[in-house]
Amino acid sequence: MPDTNLDAGAGLPLDATSPGTSMELAPAFPSSAPGTVVPLPVRHAAKPDGGKKRKPDKAAKAASPPVPSPAPASGAAKRIPFPFTAIVGQEEMKLALLIAAVDQSVGGVMVFGDRGTGKSTAVRALAALLPPMKAVEGCRYGCDPAQADRLCAECRARQGHEALRAVKVPVPVVDLPLGATEDRVVGALDLERALTKGEKGFEPGLLARAHRGFLYIDEVNLLEDHLVDLLLDVAASGENVVEREGLSIRHPAKFVLIGSGNPEEGELRPQLLDRFGLSVEVKTPTVLHDRIEVIRRRDSFERDPAAFAAHWEKEEAKIRRKIEKAKARLPDIVVPDTVLESAARLCMTLGADGLRGELTLMRAARALAGLEGDKVVTDAHLRAVAPPSLRHRLRRNVLDEAGSTVRIERALAEQFGP
Amino acid sequence: MKPAAASSSQRGHDPRWAEAATVAALFAIDPGGTQGVSLRALAGPVRDRWLELLRRLMPAEAPLRRVPLHITDGNLLGGLDLAATLQAGRPVAGRGVLAEAHGGAVLLAMAERLPGGTAARLAAVLDHGEVRVERDGFASRSEASLGVVALDEGIEEDERPPEALLDRLSFLLDLTGIAARDAEDLPIDAREIAAARALLPTVDLPDEVLTAICTTAMALGVHSARAPLLALRVARASAALDGRTTVSEEDASLAARLVLAPRATQVPASEDETEDAPPEEPDQPDQQASEEDQPQPEPPPEQPDEDTGSDRPLDDVVLEAAKAAIPEGLLAKLMEGLGNRSRAAAQGRAGAMQTGGTRGRPAGVRRGEPKAGARLNVIETLRAAAPWQPLRRQARLGGAASDTRVEVRKDDMRVNRIKRRSQTATIFVVDASGSAAFQRLAEAKGAVELLLADCYVRRDQVALIAFRRQEAELLLPPTRSLVRAKRSLSELPGGGGTPLAAGLDAAAALADSLSRKGVTPTVVLLTDGRANVSRDGTKGRGGKADDDAADAAKTLRAQGTRALLVDTSAQPTDSARRIAGDMGALYIPLPYADANRLSNVVRAATAKGESATR
Repeated sequence: MPDTNLDAGAGLPLDATSPGTSMELAPAFPSSAPGTVVPLPVRHAAKPDGGKKRKPDKAAKAASPPVPSPAPASGAAKRIPFPFTAIVGQEEMKLALLIAAVDQSVGGVMVFGDRGTGKSTAVRALAALLPPMKAVEGCRYGCDPAQADRLCAECRARQGHEALRAVKVPVPVVDLPLGATEDRVVGALDLERALTKGEKGFEPGLLARAHRGFLYIDEVNLLEDHLVDLLLDVAASGENVVEREGLSIRHPAKFVLIGSGNPEEGELRPQLLDRFGLSVEVKTPTVLHDRIEVIRRRDSFERDPAAFAAHWEKEEAKIRRKIEKAKARLPDIVVPDTVLESAARLCMTLGADGLRGELTLMRAARALAGLEGDKVVTDAHLRAVAPPSLRHRLRRNVLDEAGSTVRIERALAEQFGP
Repeated sequence: MKPAAASSSQRGHDPRWAEAATVAALFAIDPGGTQGVSLRALAGPVRDRWLELLRRLMPAEAPLRRVPLHITDGNLLGGLDLAATLQAGRPVAGRGVLAEAHGGAVLLAMAERLPGGTAARLAAVLDHGEVRVERDGFASRSEASLGVVALDEGIEEDERPPEALLDRLSFLLDLTGIAARDAEDLPIDAREIAAARALLPTVDLPDEVLTAICTTAMALGVHSARAPLLALRVARASAALDGRTTVSEEDASLAARLVLAPRATQVPASEDETEDAPPEEPDQPDQQASEEDQPQPEPPPEQPDEDTGSDRPLDDVVLEAAKAAIPEGLLAKLMEGLGNRSRAAAQGRAGAMQTGGTRGRPAGVRRGEPKAGARLNVIETLRAAAPWQPLRRQARLGGAASDTRVEVRKDDMRVNRIKRRSQTATIFVVDASGSAAFQRLAEAKGAVELLLADCYVRRDQVALIAFRRQEAELLLPPTRSLVRAKRSLSELPGGGGTPLAAGLDAAAALADSLSRKGVTPTVVLLTDGRANVSRDGTKGRGGKADDDAADAAKTLRAQGTRALLVDTSAQPTDSARRIAGDMGALYIPLPYADANRLSNVVRAATAKGESATR
């Protein structure tokens, strides 16, 4: 092992803090160049001086490229994600992700489904659709310059000396790999600085990187319990509090949790399930034509990802614009009292616990109206988003063989007619 | 003709070995694309020869790394290389086995016991072709296009690698029953493989082949979308092996046979000759081992040749090829409704407990010395020591900067804090006989369902054993999946005699195996206690049947298994009370216990046990 090590100094500076890197999905290519040794890129931390507040240094600038790159540039490190629009079927999942992209306050999205149904593909493809956001230049946490009261401690301190500049950055979609350790999730003492210089510095973790964006956990049910607790805590409070090794740091960490899992691998704790705004179920397409199309697209993507992505770029751009417009339209969309009433009645009929269901229902319906270009939310919108908004909130009835989805459909038919 | 098939037909060796050799060749051509082989075989000369063959066919520079069963994340994925870090005086990243196997393959030892977590990590790497590490202060990604050779040494049907992994491996190969003398070295030339590898990127796949493979997958009830995709890659590799740049019908048939047939969950309806075939009685252990997910023992290699040249649509040709390769016992199993169950049996083991000194889940670290079973957390210890290094160095050397050793003092020591979650499993043993249980089976089911909901909340495992007629049957191996528990409960049939002894024996065996794994079992027996079938299967109330039952009950007690007996007869009976006494079980007559109260009692009983084991 030691002979293959690269020490941190010699490693390539990894753009780990660049959200763009977290969105690739790579199919296994036929190994064209076997045996090539790829040097292990070692994270070379961006180090705005934690103690003394100064201008951000070069590393920090490089870490947050000012130009948004929805389609990642080609290169060895970048992988082209499978285009979102090229996913066959799975309309409910796609809709839920788009709703979360339009209005992050909807809360997270949980995707349940069989193996090989393209759960991860869809989530990873989402990153390419998100319109860029404004962030404080050089901020390690990607603070929103428009929200002066929500700035991180570093930005607040900098504000005293200089005017904060805003740059456009891609919305982060951070992928939490299995086997991640707690220190990388919450952030910890910067080991390199501690070892080489004997200084205490904070090295932000994945939660910091996911701020204002999305945090994706594949196979949620395999995540260790203590990490789940930690994530839930931060997702609820929107703030990450780190108290370790004598460090005492708090920074904003508001993110949309996206999870995926296979119910056959074990169930999720209700507390965890409840934190997701929307819950969708994906199934393998049962129509032969669809299945052939799935394989056909997947195969041609694997043969030539760049050409495939280029072929779909027009569609992608269309959806991107749709999201952008919906976001802009969102504050002006009216939710009439009758629709609110309908939502409340539906939740009551179904016995959905708490107010969270109603709130999600309303927000999701509003986001859908935005996506469809409507100015007023109607019952039709409500109806479309009811299953994903409420499915996981129904009190479990072990004796009821019919799944939650069927119960919701029934209640919808009762209330709104078939 | 493929070299492997050619040689086999000439020499007349075991066709299965020839097929195994073809698999090795196809895998060697494209390890990263075909993603791997599940190799079911006990350690022995046949397996060794197959691995030798693979080694020979893989390019010399391609790494072939072994992954031990309980590999740590640090070794598997990478992380801080402690030795190098201490030496260098600054953090040094270590590569994991997966990153080092880029371009080659990893060998998984004892894959049938692979923990679900490890399988998921492998699956992620197979899916993305890269290893992503967020560990020990490092964030990195390194390319890792590799194949997995899962050495499956399972004997029992449900001893299989996790489904999440099998779903991603092209080849499910079974070497069981191949005689060592048949496993001769086949004249496949590594140069042919090298040529095929070079040819592979240019291989063209006609759309009709793609359609045929998808149609076949659908007809065979192969649900995962990964299987047809893998089949396409195998078909490409097959064409390349043959030196062609277009995938032919023959390649498609081979891919369907190797990739799709072993995953079949249904037999296409059109063929009625197979349906009339009597269910194959597995009489040899090796036959038994080749369950529906294993490649069939006798693939007729001439099958595709027969169809070649005929003007039948490609879909039919490919489907025929796959159908011919469907394992023989499948139909019988499907008819018994077993196919799906055994398929699901290996699942639901996600997050299974880690045995060894580190049992329990980590709950942070605390200051302390590594003694009395506490394990040193090296990273945290180093972290704690890190900030003080310059000061300590200065104090020791008076400012000499040349020495970069890390000074660790007693105060810096951090040990893992482990929260020990006492895992519990509730084994429901349900009397499904015709006698008294018949009338109350529905109520018993209701009670069990309520208890299931409880178990779900507590994240307990549940298992279900039913006994009726002559024997007891494990309907549901220990699982946390509520879905599966519900399903198997609703499928529970009733009627027949009361082989109480058999039921208790089965419960005792399961309880024993669970406690060996560190899980605390509780047995909940629902019966009227009227045994009328003895251990040897003879019928007759009283006498031998009762004695056997009492005997079995005492065994349970001797094991120290916590138990609960729910008397399901209309009136509380002495026989049930006696059995409860023999088992050392809490006795609850159902007439006095509605389902809700019953669940309260069980909850109280299991909760007591839980606190006791802490």
